[in-house]
Amino acid sequence: MSKDIRIKKGLNINLIGDAEKITSKAVLSNVYAINLQDFHGITPKLLVKQGAEVKAGEPLFYNKNVEDMLFVSPVSGELIEVVRGARRKILTLKILADKSQEFVSHTPLSPKSAKAEEIKALLLKSGCWPFIKQRPYDIIANPSATPKSIFISAYVTSPMAADLDYALKGKENEIQAAITILGKLTPGKVHVSVGKGGQSIFSKIEGAEIHNVSGPHPAGLVGTQINKIDPINKGEVVWTITPQDLVIIGELLLTGRYNPERVVALVGSSVKSPKYYTTKIGSEIATFLYASGVNTENFRVINGDVLTGSKTKPDGYLGYYNNTVTAIPEGDDYEFFGWNKPVFNKISSTRALTFSWLQPKKKYDLDTNTNGEHRAFVVTGLYEEVFPMDIYPLQLLKACMVKDLDEMEQLGLYEVAPEDFSLTEFICISKQPHQQIIREGLDLLYKEIG
Amino acid sequence: MSLKSNLHNLKEKYKGKKMAPAFNAIHTFLYAPNETTHSGSHVRAVDDLKRTMNTVIMALVPVLIFGIFNAGYQHYAAVDAANGVIRQASLFGNFLTWENFIMGAWTVLPLVIVSYAVGLAVEFLFAVIKGHEVEEGYLVTGMLVPLIVPIDTPLWMLAVAVVFGVVIGKEVFGGTGMNILNPALTIRAFLFFAYPTWMSGDKVWVHQAVDLAGGPDAISGETILGYLAQGKGAEMSYSVSDMFFGFIPGSVGETSTILILLGGLFLIYSKIASWRIMVSAVIGALVMGVIFNGVVDAGWITETSKFYGLMSFAFWQHLIVGGLAFGIVYMATDPVTGAQTNRGKWFYGFFIGFISVLIRVFNPAYPEGVFLAILLMNVFAPTIDHYVIRGNIKRRLKRAKNATILPRDGEGKAQELKAETV
Repeated sequence: MSKDIRIKKGLNINLIGDAEKITSKAVLSNVYAINLQDFHGITPKLLVKQGAEVKAGEPLFYNKNVEDMLFVSPVSGELIEVVRGARRKILTLKILADKSQEFVSHTPLSPKSAKAEEIKALLLKSGCWPFIKQRPYDIIANPSATPKSIFISAYVTSPMAADLDYALKGKENEIQAAITILGKLTPGKVHVSVGKGGQSIFSKIEGAEIHNVSGPHPAGLVGTQINKIDPINKGEVVWTITPQDLVIIGELLLTGRYNPERVVALVGSSVKSPKYYTTKIGSEIATFLYASGVNTENFRVINGDVLTGSKTKPDGYLGYYNNTVTAIPEGDDYEFFGWNKPVFNKISSTRALTFSWLQPKKKYDLDTNTNGEHRAFVVTGLYEEVFPMDIYPLQLLKACMVKDLDEMEQLGLYEVAPEDFSLTEFICISKQPHQQIIREGLDLLYKEIG
Repeated sequence: MSLKSNLHNLKEKYKGKKMAPAFNAIHTFLYAPNETTHSGSHVRAVDDLKRTMNTVIMALVPVLIFGIFNAGYQHYAAVDAANGVIRQASLFGNFLTWENFIMGAWTVLPLVIVSYAVGLAVEFLFAVIKGHEVEEGYLVTGMLVPLIVPIDTPLWMLAVAVVFGVVIGKEVFGGTGMNILNPALTIRAFLFFAYPTWMSGDKVWVHQAVDLAGGPDAISGETILGYLAQGKGAEMSYSVSDMFFGFIPGSVGETSTILILLGGLFLIYSKIASWRIMVSAVIGALVMGVIFNGVVDAGWITETSKFYGLMSFAFWQHLIVGGLAFGIVYMATDPVTGAQTNRGKWFYGFFIGFISVLIRVFNPAYPEGVFLAILLMNVFAPTIDHYVIRGNIKRRLKRAKNATILPRDGEGKAQELKAETV
């Protein structure tokens, strides 16, 4: 059974540097790293000491608030460094990989006959649980809660993000296994959104409600789809998970091994030959970035896509949730009369001597310049044009800024994640940090009401 | 060393210093800054507040140029009229002349210069005191102010009003984006209430009409609304096309409806101003005009009534005389002081048009209502938004009644235990 969802509001950001559909195997990384900023809201407690030998899939630390929630090593090797920040906060764990890899083995589960309790226990101890995120609050799902439904978006509209239909080819069995067990964790449905008219590997999946989504970005964001399919109400919990992580969960179920291998799209206008690489979570980005080559000195590497990714460096490591790595030019230069001359080579949501509306299909080479300074909110009515949810974006942002908890709840903060505000942030004339505002609002709400 | 790198070095040198905002204001005027994204989206759209404000200014320039010519034209036309010669306006015949331009520029440009110089000085001062960047809001306000004041407004009065308007109207609320009332209209209202004799009456709308009053060379400086308010509509020699093209006396920028219309279309096309506000305000004005015409047609008001002149004025002509069109296009659409929700904008605009014509007809002292109507609706805009947003909140609460809230692990057991012990 499938249903159609058509999103009208939005904006596709077409950039130069889409990945060519060729997959190479990335050089094996010497050092792998787990970046703890990927796990928002987790208080880590280390289980192994610096210098300890770990196997692939062996727990490195657990979440202090939910002690069953383990976070495991992607490879076998030696924990060589625990990078700490202010107040001894753990930032990164670095593991020097062994030449021969040893895995922790779990007993495989038969997806069809497994019980919910068994599934939860396996996901928690194998380190796959953190792939499941929850809304409200956009944090790792609380295993003691039961979600009203589970959402998976297999429709990609983010700029230059990996094409899932290509990247997940041949993984049907793993995905089917993962969907089957997810269906047992909720009394509701597992909703999967695919692009309308596309050949998604999800269209043949059983045990999920398939939605055919069409429309511009942010139609592919799971938050948009939740809002259109079955919006979250106060008190409700839904879980979300990305398709590439289903593969890892599925493999665990079928083989009993945590195998953090992933097909990653290396994209962006600074990359000479953007394409796909097979690599592992935590690999050094340089292992595949320089294989494709870069065409400029001054560029920025982003873990994720240009709208929601996090800034890193060529010697940084592939993030836990990312299947896209982007490299775009830094824009740290002045532009003469940049504020008033006609602009043809940058994207705009208005027509104020900006001409991107003439060629909606044209691909642009954007850099990281803010194109203006931070200001108070002035212009109204523009966010609404790219924000398809039934929420007032400007008012919700203002409620978060003034920390008005009642208003935040009433205006629908439960339904959103920071990524849902990435597009309003992109077009914001006042250059306000929307995603940061929403993140801080969610954190405050979690702390006060949780 | 190029200008770019020199300025960059200066910026780095003065970073964090007291005068840095003042320097940066000039620097960013020349060069878009070298700032890169730090959080959230790594790329950003090209639009910023400077570009937005600049677009509004571009839409105002034709109106300003027309206002300059018209200031000269109205002066000479009034002089001719005093000598018994009635001029027929013709764009290339007697309007676009050097004579008109020089006379107009000599009177209008000082208003522009004083408005910008005083206003920006206040903005810079506040930016330096409060240590934030100079905001662009005044770029538009400074252009609007000379366009909505009578031509012979003394410059010191304008300066006092600008200081009042920027400080009390905007800065005390926290600067651009935080103000409740439109700063340009606050300035206009200050002038109106502080110096009423200068700001209204039948002499202030044409250059030198006040100076020459009572003398042998006395000229008329009355606007069309003024004629109508005094029940002297029959004495007017202006045709509908004069009103539409703008060859009539009035504030500097308000007369040419066609240029305002083009400016409005440009702002709608460039997505800078809200078409919802403009359309609904026009509808509001027409509705009120039709009601008044209906009252006259029904015979409830006779020709002896002092409201007869304006009430019987054809409803659609309200849009092409006075400042209504100018107010709707350039001031009602101010996003900061207007309604901020799309639905709210419809109500906000409608009431501006509606109340403008209402005040226009019933205000005996000053037959113009648009600036008071916009200020009034500025005050009510948050209320309108409040009710629109309540609608969204109610919808969400209604939906939440059917929420499927599932118990957490352990919670169910705890409740069972509790039930057993009780």
